[in-house]
Amino acid sequence: MDRLKFDEHLCTTCQTSDCLVKCQFINLDRETAHREVMKIIKGGDSSVLRDCVTCYACEEYCQWGNHPFYLITERREEKGILTASRAITNQWINMCEPQGKYKVGEIKEKALSCCFIGDLRRLARGKLFEDVRSSYILGPEFFCEVVYLHFAKPSVIRERLPKVIENINQLGIEQLICMHDECYGSFTSLAPAYGIEVNFQPIHYFEYLFEKLRDLKSEIKPLNIKAAYQRPCSSRLSPDKYPFVKEIFGLIGVEMVNRKYQGENALCCGEVLRMVAGYEVANDIQRKNVEDMVQSGAEYGVFNCPYCQMALSEKVYKKGIKPIHIIDLCKMALGEE
Amino acid sequence: MRDVYNALVEIVGEEYVSFRKEELYFYARDPGLMPAHEPDYVVAPETTEEVQKIVKLANREKIPIVPMGAGMALTGLIIPLKGGIVIDMKRMRRILEVNEKARYAIVEGGTSQGALKSYLDRNYPNLRHSIPDAPPTVTIAANVVIHGQGRLTQQYGFNSDMVSGLEVVLPTGEICKIGSCSMSPSWFSKGPTLPDLSGLFLGWLGTTGIMTKVGLKLYPKKKMRDVELFVTDREDLIPEILFRLTHTEMVEDITAWFQPKPIIFQGNHHVTLYITGDTDEELEFKRKMVWDSVKEFRDNKDGGFMWILPAMKPTFLDMPQRSVTTFADVKKGGGFEYSGPIALIEKYPVLARKLVELGTKFKVAYSGMARVIGRSHAMMFGIAFTFNRADPDMMERVRKALHEGITFAFDQGGIPWKPTAEEQKMAMERMDPNTLKLMKMIKENLDPNGIMNPGNWEVN
Repeated sequence: MDRLKFDEHLCTTCQTSDCLVKCQFINLDRETAHREVMKIIKGGDSSVLRDCVTCYACEEYCQWGNHPFYLITERREEKGILTASRAITNQWINMCEPQGKYKVGEIKEKALSCCFIGDLRRLARGKLFEDVRSSYILGPEFFCEVVYLHFAKPSVIRERLPKVIENINQLGIEQLICMHDECYGSFTSLAPAYGIEVNFQPIHYFEYLFEKLRDLKSEIKPLNIKAAYQRPCSSRLSPDKYPFVKEIFGLIGVEMVNRKYQGENALCCGEVLRMVAGYEVANDIQRKNVEDMVQSGAEYGVFNCPYCQMALSEKVYKKGIKPIHIIDLCKMALGEE
Repeated sequence: MRDVYNALVEIVGEEYVSFRKEELYFYARDPGLMPAHEPDYVVAPETTEEVQKIVKLANREKIPIVPMGAGMALTGLIIPLKGGIVIDMKRMRRILEVNEKARYAIVEGGTSQGALKSYLDRNYPNLRHSIPDAPPTVTIAANVVIHGQGRLTQQYGFNSDMVSGLEVVLPTGEICKIGSCSMSPSWFSKGPTLPDLSGLFLGWLGTTGIMTKVGLKLYPKKKMRDVELFVTDREDLIPEILFRLTHTEMVEDITAWFQPKPIIFQGNHHVTLYITGDTDEELEFKRKMVWDSVKEFRDNKDGGFMWILPAMKPTFLDMPQRSVTTFADVKKGGGFEYSGPIALIEKYPVLARKLVELGTKFKVAYSGMARVIGRSHAMMFGIAFTFNRADPDMMERVRKALHEGITFAFDQGGIPWKPTAEEQKMAMERMDPNTLKLMKMIKENLDPNGIMNPGNWEVN
């Protein structure tokens, strides 16, 4: 079984304890934060193990790349501390269990990972995807497993992720365009943190979109709109890809409005947190998020994750903001439906 | 035989009488497990007067008659166990009146649930009735005659409690009005404050008369409707969860259910609850009340609310629930039957465990569902099995499982709902002798020749 690679020394000598000091849900000063981090490392009874709402953000806040969130998750499981109820946790474990009901297209060296989300296959249409659309994988056999971080079940990840990677390898895929942040984060952050070897090259779909849009530059009609970007929890596992949003917006003539909750300070969609942290926390996040979009003067609310879009679409629409996935926004700029 | 046929033709016209083999085949069975038995004739009247003439004929000639709606009770209640005439009521499908302000409708005895729903949706968008989770072709009269339940049962009780008046053709041919309509043009009460005679017909499974008109209470229909799904892995907590949810008085309909497949549902018990509102504020207030009512279970991780993705919501919000038909064909071959004993909600855990045991013991696919009746006053616990009609061995195993299930439910203090003839006998064996005696007095007085749906509630 692969173990989490975690460097205790980095935390011991850390002068900021940003992982917890910056947390938007746990209010700790630096000194207390440092003490709690050390408790977590030593396997002690830290309040963080009960209070963490699983927003993933500490993975980004840690300037050392030391995976504080993965450690919290490990410790929770070791101590039997559940985030969601047993029933909901088991439901998610069951739901994503491979059952031989996957879909595989005409696989080439470069393929699209649609994870376990049918909507991602629907999004991968038009000029942007004409070269790769037919080469895709979809289903529990290719599910990236990151979601089990929310449920404090890293053992499920450790058990299933190597098999997922093996399934991808067996198809001979060399470059995998990840249509979801979680998949990309799984292969570039989670797998290495657990010493799980990844033999293909994961490509974040933002990078793919950026390259394609540059190729299709002559066909782009700038949209001349203002848009707020909704950053998902899983993007915390690959913060280096966040700047691509602005680049993509720039290519298609979209002004990215300034928000209170963006970049490192982003708030997630809140919906998974509803199961984990409860109704009040989720509602508060969503209210703040939507109000912030309204305040920013955005005409469009742009989503990266289909689940964020499902969670917030109706709410932002009721406030006069049009919800749209970033891929659909790019298609719009190319004159596609 | 030709005389009876001719007499029926004279009453309803040749087009609406049949003793052709292919039609008798159809009217000999329902989709459940009961063995088929052919009628001698099938007749489809269009008016109360035609029903009356048919009944008078049958009573004179001592021919059994079986009134039939859509025939979807699944427990053989419309199978003519002793032959005779099946009276198919589906031509009597007119919606005669909707009193918007008093919130009731008067419909003919063959009017379907779907027809009333669609009529109200089109013409009275602020009104609704308690539609059961059955195919929309099932009739309102048949539903109340079996004490059916529907989407408003948690709030207002059995659908038969929502009856606001009846017109009945008695077994001896008299047309009788029951409730306020017996002395007033308005159909606002099935009994009170007069002697409540509706009990002579509701629940009697068509053995005491034929409902030709039904007055039915309607209820406010809110503009918005949403669904929440509470999930727990402890069946022993379900009674307390339901008690707390019903205490809020914020929920429209509540069902608790479990099934081993698909895998997402395995090992858990689910409480589906519907909330409604005219505004976002009303809806969210109710949602908060619901969430807060089960906070203790959420906090100690014994249960939580499932995220129902937008793609899943239409399935849950569907009225009636079409997903039931998916279960009905799990085994392919289209066989589906369930017993639905009415029991105390505190019996949910033992009944749930028994159903799992039966599924394993008899190697049959099962699903369990409890619909809350009233504010946790009782529940209908559906012991449901699906089977392949082309597999007699599987059908026999389902029969045995159902028999053991209903016996267990009776032992737990339950009473039968839309019981098969065999279950009726089992129930009567357990009944207070004086209750039986009273039933016998009623039956013999109303139906001296024993022509009404014989084989059912046979007190003798």
